[in-house]
Amino acid sequence: MRKLLCRALTTVALAAMLAPPAQTWAASGDKYAIVFKNTGNPYGDRQMSGFKAGIEEQGAQAILRAPDQPTAEAQIQILEQLISQKVKAICIVGNDRDALQPVLTKATKKGIKVFSLDSGVNPASRLTHVNQADSEKIGQTLVQAAFDMSGGSGEIAILSATSQATNQNLWIEFMKKELAKPKFANLKLVKVAYGDDLRDKSVSEAEGLLQSFPNLKVIIAPTTVGIAAAGKVLTDKGLGGKVFLTGLGLPSEMATYIENGVCPYMFLWNPIDVGYLGSYTATALVSGKITGKVGEKFKAGKLGDYTITKAPDGGTEVLLGPPFKFDKANIADWKKVY
Amino acid sequence: MERTIRVDRPWSWRSFFLQWEWLLVLIFLAVHVVNSLLSPYYFNADTFLQTPMSFLDKAFLVLPMTMVIILGNIDISVGSIVALSAVLMAVAYNAGLPMPLAMALCLAVASACGLLNGILMTRFKELSSVIVTLATMIIYRGIAYAILRDQAAGGFPAWYSALGWDSVGGIPIIVIAFAACAVVFALLLHRTSFGRRIYGMGSNLTASRYSGVRTDAILLTVSVLTGLMAGFTALFLTSRMGSTRPNVAQGYELEVIAMVVLGGVSTSGGKGRMAGPLLAVFIIGFLNYGLGLVNIPAQVLLVILGLLLILSVLVLNLRFRDRHPRTPPATEIAGP
Repeated sequence: MRKLLCRALTTVALAAMLAPPAQTWAASGDKYAIVFKNTGNPYGDRQMSGFKAGIEEQGAQAILRAPDQPTAEAQIQILEQLISQKVKAICIVGNDRDALQPVLTKATKKGIKVFSLDSGVNPASRLTHVNQADSEKIGQTLVQAAFDMSGGSGEIAILSATSQATNQNLWIEFMKKELAKPKFANLKLVKVAYGDDLRDKSVSEAEGLLQSFPNLKVIIAPTTVGIAAAGKVLTDKGLGGKVFLTGLGLPSEMATYIENGVCPYMFLWNPIDVGYLGSYTATALVSGKITGKVGEKFKAGKLGDYTITKAPDGGTEVLLGPPFKFDKANIADWKKVY
Repeated sequence: MERTIRVDRPWSWRSFFLQWEWLLVLIFLAVHVVNSLLSPYYFNADTFLQTPMSFLDKAFLVLPMTMVIILGNIDISVGSIVALSAVLMAVAYNAGLPMPLAMALCLAVASACGLLNGILMTRFKELSSVIVTLATMIIYRGIAYAILRDQAAGGFPAWYSALGWDSVGGIPIIVIAFAACAVVFALLLHRTSFGRRIYGMGSNLTASRYSGVRTDAILLTVSVLTGLMAGFTALFLTSRMGSTRPNVAQGYELEVIAMVVLGGVSTSGGKGRMAGPLLAVFIIGFLNYGLGLVNIPAQVLLVILGLLLILSVLVLNLRFRDRHPRTPPATEIAGP
């Protein structure tokens, strides 16, 4: 009896290990990898799907990876695995600006073209960076939105992703710079809270903001997870019309809150296009058409021509385009798209 | 429920090969076979030399955790100790302390955290180790956050990153360090009276105390060793990352406990050997790496690890239940 059971269990264990049908490696063609921050992030899923579409229409093979936790440790492990697989290029959406440098340098030494996308890594670890929109413009746009929603004065707060998220930090920096202008003298930034791009933490951070600052007029959430969490909290507490929400959100997730007035309007670019632009940047780097220097030009499929420009952090970047505004008038159409 | 320990069990080939560790060896080999079949990039020297670099940092914690669990205790504060000691090291270095001293501080802080756990456990015997370490888990992590808030600290000298990334004679430094620690811990547990007393305390704490074993001293020693190893984890992890944050090593405690349990160490105490958890470290490490090579999503990995864990508990339970009535009563000591 015991032997039989042991044998049965061993068989089950082996079967469990064999079960996931992993034939990704078997396909022919060069491999291009994208590593997102963590799994279960709808924005990241769209970005990776855009990357995949772009790589596949060029006849190569795309590898989409993301760790289960949004940490640099977990991304290091995945990057090591990609180096072993001899991928042609790695497109990294970083969880930490500097902590990935050793492993990315190792990849570069093995001849892999490394560049960052959306959330950048430091210039020493990358050839170039694919950015959604001009960071300064995003900061200015969001502050202007808060200004308009609050009527020009009052307390505002920011609900961000992790404290190490590169792009959010850059936008917050530009927001602070914008707020320092005399026009916004009556807008008071009371706190920057970090929801770590985790749904539950973002919800409790949003609740914390409302409790600590009863006179809060606007929450700016420059992250899709944060803004959706804040939208839910404001709706549940019936604070629509009293506390306004704006920031960067996915239309499909935010449609409810835009329609019920909690979030009068918000901004985003198309994350699918960001990933798509990343895929053409990857192939252009591998073919040698570009090397990541300012002024180099390449064609990104259906998106058209792009030029590499100087990035505010001292490296170079490729900009997708200006942020797009979603409000009651257009949300019904866009929520079906992404 | 009655618990028993067998003493002077006659050695036989049958019982030798029926040990859990042999099943682990089989699983270990199976992992390599499956991985090699799945990916053409798996079976090469790089895999065996380079991969351990990325999973051995937390393996340092497996060594003392094996002792903790054999004692019948559990320690869920280890991840927080790693974070706190790493953060203090980074802050001290950035405040001007030379790096070697900062590293020594890291080990000292970690050991002190372990010592505090031990003192709390020996002073408040009515509290279980889970409660004590749950409290300190929150406290240590909280202090780390209070010091650095949401920021990262780094900027370490270049030679420090060699600790986590470089090799000596083709063998990664972290592998050498881990092997040395593993040998010391295995000898401590299996070849010294200290080790035998750990088993004794895990099987029957009261009997041990009445037999003149200084149980508090042993508990304190194991707690300090646990802290010290958390310090090692902090050193290597920080070296690999190049910087540290208060939220590093989150969830390490559960991963480490999972490895120890998969290694055949019973959570009810008194049973298990160092070889099991050591094998489990490499099973989980290589499984993770191999499945990562074929780009299996992170969640599937978690499911597989969970299944392996259930399997280990099931098999160990079956073995124990089946053999129990057959053991001759003369060679048993009944426990409470």
